[in-house]
Amino acid sequence: MDTTNTVADQPKVDRSQMKVSDEVAVRIENMNKWFGAFHVLRDIDLTVYKGERIVICGPSGSGKSTLIRCINALEEHQKGVIEVDGTRLSSDLKQIDKIRSEVGMCFQHFNLFPHLTILENCTLAPIWVRKTPKKEAEEDAMHFLTKVKIPDQANKYPGQLSGGQQQRVAIARSLCMRPKIMLFDEPTSALDPEMIKEVLDTMIELAEEGMTMLCVTHEMGFARQVANRVIFMDQGQIVEQNEPEEFFQNPKSDRTKLFLSQILGH
Amino acid sequence: MSDTHAQSVAYVRESFVEQQTPPVSETGVVKWLRENLFSSIPYAILTLLSLFVLYQILSGVLPWLLGGNWTASSIRECRELVEGAGGCFAVLTERWNQLLFGFSYPSTEYWRPALAFLLLFVCVAPVLFPDLPSKSLILTLLYPFVAYWLLWGGTIVTPIVGLLGVAAGYVAYRATINRGFALSLLAGVVAAVIVWYLGGFVAEELSGVAALMPVESRDMGGFMLNMILGTVCVSLSLPFGILLALGRQSRLPIIKIICITFIEFIRGVPLITLLFVANVVLAYFLPPGTTFDLILRVIIMITMFASAYIAEVIRGGLAALPRGQYEAADSLGLDYAQAMRLIILPQALKISIPGIVNVAVGLFKDTTLVSIISMFDVVGMIRGPILASTDWNGVYWELYGFAALLFFVTCYGISQYSQWLERKLATDHR
Repeated sequence: MDTTNTVADQPKVDRSQMKVSDEVAVRIENMNKWFGAFHVLRDIDLTVYKGERIVICGPSGSGKSTLIRCINALEEHQKGVIEVDGTRLSSDLKQIDKIRSEVGMCFQHFNLFPHLTILENCTLAPIWVRKTPKKEAEEDAMHFLTKVKIPDQANKYPGQLSGGQQQRVAIARSLCMRPKIMLFDEPTSALDPEMIKEVLDTMIELAEEGMTMLCVTHEMGFARQVANRVIFMDQGQIVEQNEPEEFFQNPKSDRTKLFLSQILGH
Repeated sequence: MSDTHAQSVAYVRESFVEQQTPPVSETGVVKWLRENLFSSIPYAILTLLSLFVLYQILSGVLPWLLGGNWTASSIRECRELVEGAGGCFAVLTERWNQLLFGFSYPSTEYWRPALAFLLLFVCVAPVLFPDLPSKSLILTLLYPFVAYWLLWGGTIVTPIVGLLGVAAGYVAYRATINRGFALSLLAGVVAAVIVWYLGGFVAEELSGVAALMPVESRDMGGFMLNMILGTVCVSLSLPFGILLALGRQSRLPIIKIICITFIEFIRGVPLITLLFVANVVLAYFLPPGTTFDLILRVIIMITMFASAYIAEVIRGGLAALPRGQYEAADSLGLDYAQAMRLIILPQALKISIPGIVNVAVGLFKDTTLVSIISMFDVVGMIRGPILASTDWNGVYWELYGFAALLFFVTCYGISQYSQWLERKLATDHR
C-alpha cells in the first residue's frame, strides 16, 4: 500500500533548479471510480506537492486520463477522497466551480472555442468567473499570449491556427486564470511531429517557473527533462512511481519493463 | 521550365515556377455556355427542352400579367375590358385595404398598423445585425409595447404599465439572483404580476390619457393579422424552444420528463387541432364570463407548437457540439448558465440556423390556418368577404396569386437573411 508513495516521502532531488515545496497541492486517498460496472480507477493514492511536475504514463485504457480528469471533477469519483489545495471535492456545484477556476486544464484536442477570437478565448473566463475588468483581462491575455509566442494571432479565430499554435493558446487560456495547478491530458498526441516541440518548450518553460503540473503524456524525453516523478499506471492502478532516472533505467515491475520496451524500443 | 539537372538521377529544384494565367480558351462566355448548357448531347437536348417549357409558361403568364386590368369596379366590368386574355387585378386595387387590414379595422386608423410595420424593421434591426451598437437594442425592447399601443389603441398607460411590470420583474430578478436561479425567476414573475395588477387600476383611471381609438381583436384582419401572429410567435417560440431543448438535456428527471412530454405531445398533434382547442374548447374550461382574447389564445397555441419544433432543432445543434466544448467551459470554472450562454448556445444556435429558419418560415405560412377558425387573415379575407361578394365572385388566380406573392416575398427575405447570417458567423474555417 505505502510502496506507491515512497518517492513522495523521500526528500526530493532538485532538478534543474526547480523547487518543490512540502505544501500539498493535491491529495488523493483511496480513490475509486467506476464507469457503470467497469472499475476504471482502483485504490488510487497520490500526493502532489506544490511545484511538482508529475508525468503519468501507461497503456491506453489504463485510467490515466480519467485520473487527472477526476482532479478537477470533470469525472465524478465514487469512493475515496480528493483534496485540491486543501479543499475536499464534493458534489457542491459552487465549490466545484471554485476548484476548477484554480486548476487549469489542457486537452488533447485543445477544445478552444471556435466562435471566439484567440483573445476572447483567453479573456472569457477571467471576465466572467473572476470579474476582471475587460481591459485588464485583455492586457493579461496579451501577456500570456506573448509568453507562448503568439501575440500576433490574437485577433484570429482558432480555426485559422495550426495545431501547435492552438495548443499553446489553450495553455495561455488556462494561465489567464492564474491557476495553482495545471493538468495536461495528452497535450501533444494530436499534433504533427514538427509542432510537438513548440508545445513541449512552452510546457518546459512553465515547469521552470515552478508551476505544479500533472501531465499525461507519452513524451518520455519531456519526462526525463522536467518531471520529478513518473507514474506508471495499468488497469486503473498506480503500478510504479519513481524519479525519472530510476524509472527509465531500473524499472521494478515487469509490466513497466514491458511498457518501456514497447515505447522506447524503436 | 526550371533548370533541373536532367542528366543526373539526383534531383534538386533550383527555381520555383511562378503562378501563370490560364489559357484564353478556358475563360469567357463561350466556355461557360459550352460547359454548363451544351456539354454533351443529352445536356443540349435538356437545355432546349427547358427553354421550350419556359417559353410556354411565359407566353401564357405574361399576357395575363401585362394585359391585366387594374381599374374596373367589378368582375363583369373587368371581363369586358380585358376580353379574356388579361387578369382582373382590379380586385387588388379595389380591396387593397381589406387584404392588408381586414374588413373591420377603422379606415381612419390605417396609418397605425402601417407605422407599426415600418417600425418593426427599425426595431428588429439591432437583433438581426450584430454590428449595430448594442445600445440600439433598447428600441427592440420598447417595440412590443409601442406596437401594441399602435395596433390596439386605447390609452398609452396600458403599454407603459406593461413595460414597468417587465422592468420591475427584471429588477427583482437581478436583486435575488444570488439566491439561486429558480427563486429569482419566481421573484421576478411575482414582482411583474403585482405591478401589472396594480397598474390595471391606474390604466382604467387614466383611460383618456394619450388615447388612440381602441380596436377590438376581432377587428384585426388581412395580412396584418398574419404579420402580428408571425412576428409574435416566432420571437416567443425561440426563447421557449431554447429552454425546452436545455430542459430536455437536464439532469433533473422532473424537468426532463416535463419537457419531453410537452415536446412529444405537441409534435404529435396537428396545429389545426390546437387552433380549434384555442377557439372553442378552451372556453369550456375557463370560468363563465371570462373574456380571454382570441388572438392571445391563438398566439399561445402557435407559440407552443413552434417552440416544440424549435426545441428539437436546437437539440440537434446541441448534440452536434463536441463534448470537449462542454468540458473546456467546465474546466475554466464557468457555471452552467455562463457555459450555456457564452459557449454552448452561440455555437449550437449557429448550427441550428437552417432548421430554425425552416420552422419560422413554416410557422409564418401556418398563420393562414387561422382562417379556418373564422379569423379573417389574408386568406380568410379572400375566402370569405371578397370571393363571396357579388362583385368579385370568381377571381381566384389574381387573389390567391397575390397572397402567394406576399408570403413568398416575406419568406424569401427571411431565408436570404439567414444565409447572410450563416456566412457572417462562419468563423470555424473548416
